[in-house]
Amino acid sequence: MSHSTQVTRDLNRTENTKAAPPLLDVRNLRIGANISFPGEKNHHIVIVDKISFQLQKGHVLGLIGESGAGKSTIGLSAMAYGRGGCEITGGEVFLNGEDILSFNHKSIRQIRGVKVAYVAQSAAAAFNPAHRLGDQVIESALEHGLMSRTEATAFADQLFDKLGLPEPDKFGQRYPHQVSGGQLQRAMTAMALCSKPDLIVFDEPTTALDVTTQIDVLAAIKHAIRETHTAALYITHDLAVVAQISDEIMVLKNGKTVEYGTTEQIINSPQEQYTQSLVTVRSTQKPVTESPDKTPLLRVENISASYDGVNQILSDISLQLHAGQTLSIVGESGSGKSTMARVVTGLLPQQQGKVLFNGTPLPAELKRRDKEQLRRLQMIYQMADVAMNPRQTIDQIIGRPLEFYFGLRGAEKRRKVIELLELIELGEKYIDRYPAELSGGQKQRICIARALAAKPDLIICDEVTSALDPLVAEEILKLLLRLQEQYQVAYLFITHDIATVRAISDTIAVMYQGELVRFGERSQVLSPPYDDYTDLLLSSVPEMELDWLDKVLSSRRMQSAGH
Amino acid sequence: MTVSLSNPLVMMVAKRTALGFLLLIAISVVIFAGTEMLPGDVAQSILGQSATPEALANLRAEMGLNEPAHTRYFNWFGGMLQGDLGTSLSSGSDISEMIASRLSNTLFLAGWSALVAVPLAIFLGMIAVHYRDGFIDKFISMTTLAAISLPEFFIGYLLIMFFAVTWNLFPSTSIIYEGMPFLDQMTAIALPCATLTLVVLAHMMRMTRAAILNVMSSPYVETAELKGLSPFKIIFHHAFPNAISPIITVVVLNMAYLVVGVVVVEIIFVYPGMGQLLVDHVTKRDVPVVQAAGLIFAAIYIFLNMFADIMAIIANPRLRHPK
Repeated sequence: MSHSTQVTRDLNRTENTKAAPPLLDVRNLRIGANISFPGEKNHHIVIVDKISFQLQKGHVLGLIGESGAGKSTIGLSAMAYGRGGCEITGGEVFLNGEDILSFNHKSIRQIRGVKVAYVAQSAAAAFNPAHRLGDQVIESALEHGLMSRTEATAFADQLFDKLGLPEPDKFGQRYPHQVSGGQLQRAMTAMALCSKPDLIVFDEPTTALDVTTQIDVLAAIKHAIRETHTAALYITHDLAVVAQISDEIMVLKNGKTVEYGTTEQIINSPQEQYTQSLVTVRSTQKPVTESPDKTPLLRVENISASYDGVNQILSDISLQLHAGQTLSIVGESGSGKSTMARVVTGLLPQQQGKVLFNGTPLPAELKRRDKEQLRRLQMIYQMADVAMNPRQTIDQIIGRPLEFYFGLRGAEKRRKVIELLELIELGEKYIDRYPAELSGGQKQRICIARALAAKPDLIICDEVTSALDPLVAEEILKLLLRLQEQYQVAYLFITHDIATVRAISDTIAVMYQGELVRFGERSQVLSPPYDDYTDLLLSSVPEMELDWLDKVLSSRRMQSAGH
Repeated sequence: MTVSLSNPLVMMVAKRTALGFLLLIAISVVIFAGTEMLPGDVAQSILGQSATPEALANLRAEMGLNEPAHTRYFNWFGGMLQGDLGTSLSSGSDISEMIASRLSNTLFLAGWSALVAVPLAIFLGMIAVHYRDGFIDKFISMTTLAAISLPEFFIGYLLIMFFAVTWNLFPSTSIIYEGMPFLDQMTAIALPCATLTLVVLAHMMRMTRAAILNVMSSPYVETAELKGLSPFKIIFHHAFPNAISPIITVVVLNMAYLVVGVVVVEIIFVYPGMGQLLVDHVTKRDVPVVQAAGLIFAAIYIFLNMFADIMAIIANPRLRHPK
């Protein structure tokens, strides 16, 4: 948006404030939950405290913070809804001048889906698999008697069109499983808009999407709420995303307000230290290294692979990785990057091509690899909590590879586990705990320690920071880089996050629809001239600039696939 | 609508049907082998202890008992497939005719019981979900559990005691015949129908409750709640369709029980159904009747389970509407 419209809108806002009461007025909100651990007494914890903000008609407020900051909980309070065991224990929420927290069940149902609508993070889970999309989109409008079925269907088709969905007049006939994630997310926005609400709560609507899809959905949402003059609470952990869409931003941490101001002020002159750290989150940068001239540690030659023998997932991929270096494989979901990891580890034997480790070919099948080959190649996963047995202690989890590969037992094994725990900056006190007692970042550290215990030459990291908050992810990356320097271990880093790639790679491979689009040293891959896909991928990464979205949409060369 | 084999739904239904027939053949082998292994000789039991060896040999030849077992099996099963169930040893009458009226009586009783019990169980299950962990939920659970814990003959006699003897509302014996007016038929089967309903209710109700509760924590139920829908609409329209597979399985298992497991109830109420027929002819050692009844029960059981599988497949929108 140009500078002049920004000014006009600011002027409008001042007028609105004088004329009408705010659409949403939250005062001193306090939300708690009763937590019970087995064998312990119930205790009450406060999740959100002393939150106050006002939202004018047609404006967008961004709520930003890490997981656990209470942003979804605050967003849902605008619908007087407490998820799970959450309970609103204090404060007031005025919607159009009425305190909705004092409403009974019946009156609150007249608010939900009518005045305030909700867009969830995972539309794939939030749509009912048993009903057609169209029926679900028009459901609240029908249920509350706002429109006739014909009117609602016609309006839904208009919305599908406005949100850029394919074949808008037929889209509503489909079932959720028949369309892609990005399309579902747009359909969910259409569902929220369909009953013409005053306010929509967007709960991380683009977080689960690929970066190339995110930009389209973001643009569609922005366009739709501007055109319908709907106000929005936009919840996200990505400051760069929220900067594109909000008028104001509230930064939250541990359920409390850290900073609250206009988007311009938060991005360009953040006052609080925490906000500053969010604005400049990427500080890690691996120094440039020379590729040595000797035999690469891992060499992948002309690999082709398929799960069913019919659909080719990987076609003719050749890559190499030197000892002690990091090769990042980037691409969107479905590009074949995780399949690449499965081929290298032997979980999916390739149809054609060779995988060479230190110059000797690895057997394609996992079963035919010997213990030494298994030991030298370890893996870390995206979901640390499902990659560990919840009924084993940290001692057992890290001790297992020590026992299996090196035959360590008893006190010797325990000493080695403690050594590893210190290496990952956790220390001895964690040794007898269970995974459930650790935070997300700590669990990922345990997984790193378990991989390191085997003294591997190569660790495959499959989206290891994707499920973590930015600041926690940053710490994990720093740890990985330090361990690399210390032990000369090589990383095959699979990710869709370009910022991570920039921070840690020596070489980069860009994959698109099972093919290798670009491969080379970091500086070379990340500098122009770009091929069309790399250009799209790099330009889709949100930047901490106010009008980034508008600029990118007008300048990019290739449309994303619309997944 | 064109139906092609490339459609995964058609493929799966065809596979289940084929599997059902295979199973039926296997069971026919088991039934035949089982009666074959029984001690005694059919010709001997027909003619009695005083029969001469010549008479026995003649009868055996006449009945084809001298043929090898597999020939007799194919004759028997082939006849079955064509609707010829053979002749009863004890009465000499045609088994098909004997069974036809009994089977229709059994299906009549089972059908009405199912018509009462299934909607009631699902409705109670939904009520229990709505009031989960509250008094109404516990009350429904307790009463249906109590009903299932009592032996069915006990429930039957209790009902007879109150409804037939004390209050004289319904007859204690449930004799129905062809040409009986519909309303009289209904009155006649009221008590056995109530007994059967009480016996199968709890199982179906509890599965409905559990299956729906299982999906009540799904994000799409939250979506429905945030649309401001009424609680019952959320349960019926958004949760129930996604919980239907396990419910169908349990409902059909109980319907199978209504057909093949009602021996005790038929005897208490002197109801002229298949169960009574089977028991009568087991005591008379009338092997062809027992074989025929066994095979029909097996066929009904297999058919109902096949039906459950196919319904569960059809209930899955991913299979019904492939990408």
